[in-house]
Amino acid sequence: MALIRKIGQGIGLLLGLALVVWLFYPSARRPQLTVATVNNADMILMQQLSKEFERQSGVKLNWVVLGENVLRQRLTIDISTGSNTFDVITLGSYEAPLWGERGWLVPLDDLGADYGYDDIFGGVREGLSYQGKMYAAPFYAESTLTYYRCDLFEKAGLEMPRQPRYDEIREFARRLHDPAHGVYGACLRGEPGWGENTAFVSTLVHTFGGRWFDLDWKPQLTSPAWTEAVRFYVDLVRDYGPPGAITDGYNESRALFANGNCAMWVDASSAASYFLDPSQSRVATTTGFAKAPIAKVPNGSAWLWSWALAVPRSTPRAALAKQFIKWATSRSYVSLVGTRFGWLWVPPGSRRSTYDNPEYERAAPFAPLVREAILNADYTKPSALPVPYVGIQYVGIPEFQAIGTEVGQEISAALAGRVTVERALALSQTEAERALEGRYHQ
Amino acid sequence: MTGNVRAARLRPLYPRLLLAPSIVALFLWMIVPLAMTLWFSVERYNLLSPGKSAFAGLQNYRALVANRALWVAMGNTLLLVALVLAITLALGTLFTALLNEDFPGHGVCRLLVIAPFFVMPTVSALVWKNMLMNPVFGLGAWITRSLGLGAVEFFAHLPLVSIALIVAWEWTPFAVLILLPALQSLNPELEEAARLDGGGPVDLFLHIQLPHLMRPMAVVAMIEMIYLLSLFAEIYVTTGGGPGLASTNLAYLIFRDALLGWDVGRASAGGVIAILLANVVALFLMRMVGCNLEESR
Repeated sequence: MALIRKIGQGIGLLLGLALVVWLFYPSARRPQLTVATVNNADMILMQQLSKEFERQSGVKLNWVVLGENVLRQRLTIDISTGSNTFDVITLGSYEAPLWGERGWLVPLDDLGADYGYDDIFGGVREGLSYQGKMYAAPFYAESTLTYYRCDLFEKAGLEMPRQPRYDEIREFARRLHDPAHGVYGACLRGEPGWGENTAFVSTLVHTFGGRWFDLDWKPQLTSPAWTEAVRFYVDLVRDYGPPGAITDGYNESRALFANGNCAMWVDASSAASYFLDPSQSRVATTTGFAKAPIAKVPNGSAWLWSWALAVPRSTPRAALAKQFIKWATSRSYVSLVGTRFGWLWVPPGSRRSTYDNPEYERAAPFAPLVREAILNADYTKPSALPVPYVGIQYVGIPEFQAIGTEVGQEISAALAGRVTVERALALSQTEAERALEGRYHQ
Repeated sequence: MTGNVRAARLRPLYPRLLLAPSIVALFLWMIVPLAMTLWFSVERYNLLSPGKSAFAGLQNYRALVANRALWVAMGNTLLLVALVLAITLALGTLFTALLNEDFPGHGVCRLLVIAPFFVMPTVSALVWKNMLMNPVFGLGAWITRSLGLGAVEFFAHLPLVSIALIVAWEWTPFAVLILLPALQSLNPELEEAARLDGGGPVDLFLHIQLPHLMRPMAVVAMIEMIYLLSLFAEIYVTTGGGPGLASTNLAYLIFRDALLGWDVGRASAGGVIAILLANVVALFLMRMVGCNLEESR
C-alpha cells in the first residue's frame, strides 16, 4: 500500500511539474505575433488572407479585432503604460505622428527597396510620419466624396456637377427631399464624436474659410466662419436630413444611403465600393459620385485619413512584425485581394499603382475621383488662413480628442434644437480655451 | 450552549486567525483601487503627456467643480435613477398583481415578463435604438406614421426619458422577480377576509397587497439604485451622452474624461465625487427604508 501511495505521489508530482513547465515554458516551436486591428471590411479581408502569410513565413498570428473607438482606447492605454500586449497595431493618421513623437513606435523606414515607398501617395506617407520618418505603413486611405442618387437626379431634371458647391447641395436637397416616400435630401453625420460629426463639421468650417486655432493657439470657434458653417450644417440637416440625425454616425448614414433613404451623402470615399455591391446595397446601379462640395475656399473641403499598421516600441518581435506589415501593405497584397475577392475590394487610397491598374479602374468607376481627392487634400494647409496645426478633419495635437468630443456634443445639441448655434459655439469655445490654456499662455 | 460561548470567548484568537486571510484579501481588494483613485485624483496625469505628471493638489477637483458638466451630470444621474425606479416599481407592482391571479397561460406570461432581464444591456439598447425608436426604420415611427402623426425623434428630443424607458424595460422583470414571491407569501386568509367584508379587487390591491409589498419594494429600490447610479452601457450605445450634455451621467462623464480626454487625474477626481454621491444617496435611502421597516413592523 505504501508503495502504491509513493508511486501515486510521484506521478502527481511529475504531473504538477509538467503543468508548471507547460505554463511557463515559452512555446519555441512557432513564433507568434499578436495583431490588433479595427473591424472594418478591408481589415476583415486581411485577416482572412493572412493564412497566406502564415504559410509563407511560418509565423502564427493572433488577432484582436475591435471597433474603432474601443481599439483606440485599448491601444492608447496599452502603449502609454508600456505594456507589450501587441506586436502589430492599427492606428490612424491622427495617432501615428503623435505616438512617433513620443517614441512609442518603431520607425518603418527600413522595409526594403522593393517595398515601394515612392508608390505610396505623398500626403498619405507624410501624414504617418514625424520629422520625415514614417512610423506607420498605410493599409488604406480615404478622402471625402459626394454620393448621390442618379435616378432621383434624373427624375427631377437635375445634374450633379463634378465639383459641386454647398449652396447647390442645399438646392438639390430642397428639390429632392421627400420624407413621405422615405427619401431625405441630404444625409450627413450627426452623431457626436471627434471622429463623427466633428470630422465633417471641421471640413465644412475649413471650406467656409475658418480655422480651429490662430497662430497663438487661440481657439476660433466663435468666429464668423464657424457660425456660418455650423448654421449651414444645422439648417441643412434639420430641413432636409433624415429624422433622428443626431444618432446617425458613419455606419448609420451609410446604411441609410445603401437602403435608398438618401438623395445625397457627403462622407468617406472608402464607402464607395460598398454601395456598388448589390448584395449589400439597394442603390448599386443608381449611385453616382462627385467630389466633396466646396463652400468658399477649396482648402480643407475634403479630408485625408488613413488606417495604418505600426509596431509598438515595447515589442520584442519588431523584426517579425515589420515582415508582416510589409506583406500586408505591399503592392502584391493589393493584387492578392484583387485576384481572390475581386478588384472592387482592394484596399483603396494608399498606392499609386492601384490606380494605374486598368483592372481596378474597370471595377471601380469612382477611382479617378478618389485619386484626385487624395492628391488634392493637403493636410498641411487645411485652412485658407495660417494655422499652427496639421490635419483637416482633426487637429494633430493630443488635446484634440477631448476638444473634438466636446465640440461634437455641443453641435449635436444645436442640431437637436436644444441650444442655439451661437450658444453651442460659445460653450465649445470655453471648453477649447480651457483645454489649451497651457499652450497659449506659454 | 454556554460552554461553547465561553470557549469562543476564551480563545478568540484562533477563529480570527482563520478568518484573517480572507479579511485581508477583501480589504486589499477594496482599498487598493480606492487608494489609487484617491492618489490619481490629486495628480496631474494625462496618458498622452507622460513626462508631465506631477502633484496637482486639489486642481482636478477645482476644475471639475467649476465645470458645468459635473453639475449637469449629477442632476442627470439622480433624475435617471428616479425615473427608472418610478417606472420599474409601478410596472413591477402592476405585473405582480396581474401574475398573481390564476388565468390560462399565466406560466408563459410570467416567463415573457421576466425575459428582458436576461438580455445584455448593450444588446437591448441597440435593439431599442435601431429597431424600435429609430425615426426612419423603427417600429414606433411606423406606428405613429401610419396613424398620420410624424415620427418622434426620441434621442434628440427626449434623450433621458428614452434611456430611462430602455433601462426600465430591462429592470422591471427584476422588480417582478422580487415582488411576485413576496405577494405569493401573503396569507390567503387575509384576502378572503377582505373579500367577505365586501372589498373589491381594487380595495384588495390598495389596502392588502400594496402594504404587504412595501418592504420588498424598498429592497428593489435599494438594489436597483446601486446598479443605476453607475449606468453606462445604454448611454454609450444610444446617445453617447448627448445631445449636448442632456444624457451624460456621472459614469459617462468619467468615461469621457478618462478615455476620450485621457485625463486620468480629472477622471479619478470625478470617480471620487461619484463615490461621495453614491454614499449620500445610499444613506438617504437606507434611512427611508429603515423607517419604512420600523413602521411596517
